[in-house]
Amino acid sequence: MSEKKNNQVSRRQFLNYTLTGVGGFMGAAMVSPMVGMAVDPLLQAEGSSDFQYVMDVSEITQQPQRKSFTVPQEDGWYESESEQTAWVYRTENDEILALSPVCTHLGCTVDWEGGDYDNEFFCPCHNGRYDRMGVNIADTPPTAPLPAYEYRVEEGKLYLGKA
Amino acid sequence: MLQKLYDWVDERLDITPIWRDIADHEVPEHVNPAHHFSAFVYCFGGLTFFVTVIQVLSGMFLTMYYVPDIENAFASVEYLQSQVAHGQIVRGMHHWGASVVIVMIFLHTLRVFFQGAYKKPRELNWVVGVLLFFVMFGLGFTGYLLPWDNKAFFATQVGLEIAESVPVIGTDIKTLLAGDPEIVGAQTLTRFFAIHVFFLPAALFGLMAAHFIMIRRQGISGPL
Ligand code: HEM
Ligand code: FES
Repeated sequence: MSEKKNNQVSRRQFLNYTLTGVGGFMGAAMVSPMVGMAVDPLLQAEGSSDFQYVMDVSEITQQPQRKSFTVPQEDGWYESESEQTAWVYRTENDEILALSPVCTHLGCTVDWEGGDYDNEFFCPCHNGRYDRMGVNIADTPPTAPLPAYEYRVEEGKLYLGKA
Repeated sequence: MLQKLYDWVDERLDITPIWRDIADHEVPEHVNPAHHFSAFVYCFGGLTFFVTVIQVLSGMFLTMYYVPDIENAFASVEYLQSQVAHGQIVRGMHHWGASVVIVMIFLHTLRVFFQGAYKKPRELNWVVGVLLFFVMFGLGFTGYLLPWDNKAFFATQVGLEIAESVPVIGTDIKTLLAGDPEIVGAQTLTRFFAIHVFFLPAALFGLMAAHFIMIRRQGISGPL
């Protein structure tokens, strides 16, 4: 019969191939939008960081000051204000520095000249220490310097972005 | 009456062989605590299943009151716990069961390990068992966030930071789990809820089916 011929696709093979192909296509068409939905957070463009007014430049001193400010936060459909804090001061070279108070060890809040250490940032949780520039001091738990906020000065006002 | 009903169905569908195959098996002497008390170690698999059934049933009823929304989640749990008839009991079953099921699955794994029951021909069932273990941990991790209290929030914060510490893809894993690269918030709660109540239970049922079919095929491993 005809099916004895070589290199000819039998009726059964043909049906197998087409049904598998069509089935695979239908399955993929069904699942791919769902997967897209699940990975959407990876596809979202990173929110451009808005700068927030924190204080007047004329008030910045050599002595670090603790300043709180609120940042509008967008969490999908939920909008809120998130409170942030920065240590703001001028370095010895008269540059403005705004440091995040979140300890790079395990995330406690650091304090300027806490725990009787002069001219240093101190974390009370595990005695973490950072020097005046926010660089972690060797042989204390933190593994990295305190992150600095991006900043911008406009018309004598200090604006902070992301840390 | 019941017998008649059964016969009526059986006559048409021949169901006797089906339930025989599921339920009608002899318990070998070496796994029967009535013969050797030490055989109680064989109970832990069944106890894991029993507690899992409790988790599934109590969880289904909790979802009648629980809402996965950061404004209302805590209040809904507080309400079902303090105002709903027997809500405290059902939440208690789910709350404590979540820990008991981990203890049971751990003891079951220890028994299989120390008896060497994972050896040929049962390697595949060991693999499925390990996957079940991961699914259980996932259920515990995602469920823990749902009450949306401080303990839940900070435990999840820490858990997500652990996920983030994976080299290279850590940040992506965290974002996929939390729904946002930085915030543990509204999107995290809905994701964790979906994973806790739909995705992981579905995986759990599939894996349990595979586990039990393999046990039926191969039988329990022999006496030591
Ligand atoms: C082996 C399976 C499961 C484990 C280990 C588990 C674990 C947990 C844990 C640890 C919590 C937090 C409870 C608390 O802190 O009081 C929780 C909450 C919850 N679970 Fe599960 N769960 C399982 C299965 C399920 C299933 C199948 C459903 C629903 C179909 C479900 C629905 C819920 C709901 C609605 C809550 C929030 C209510 C509350 O916190 O009391 N769970 N689960
Ligand atoms: S958290 Fe600051 S030293 Fe540990």
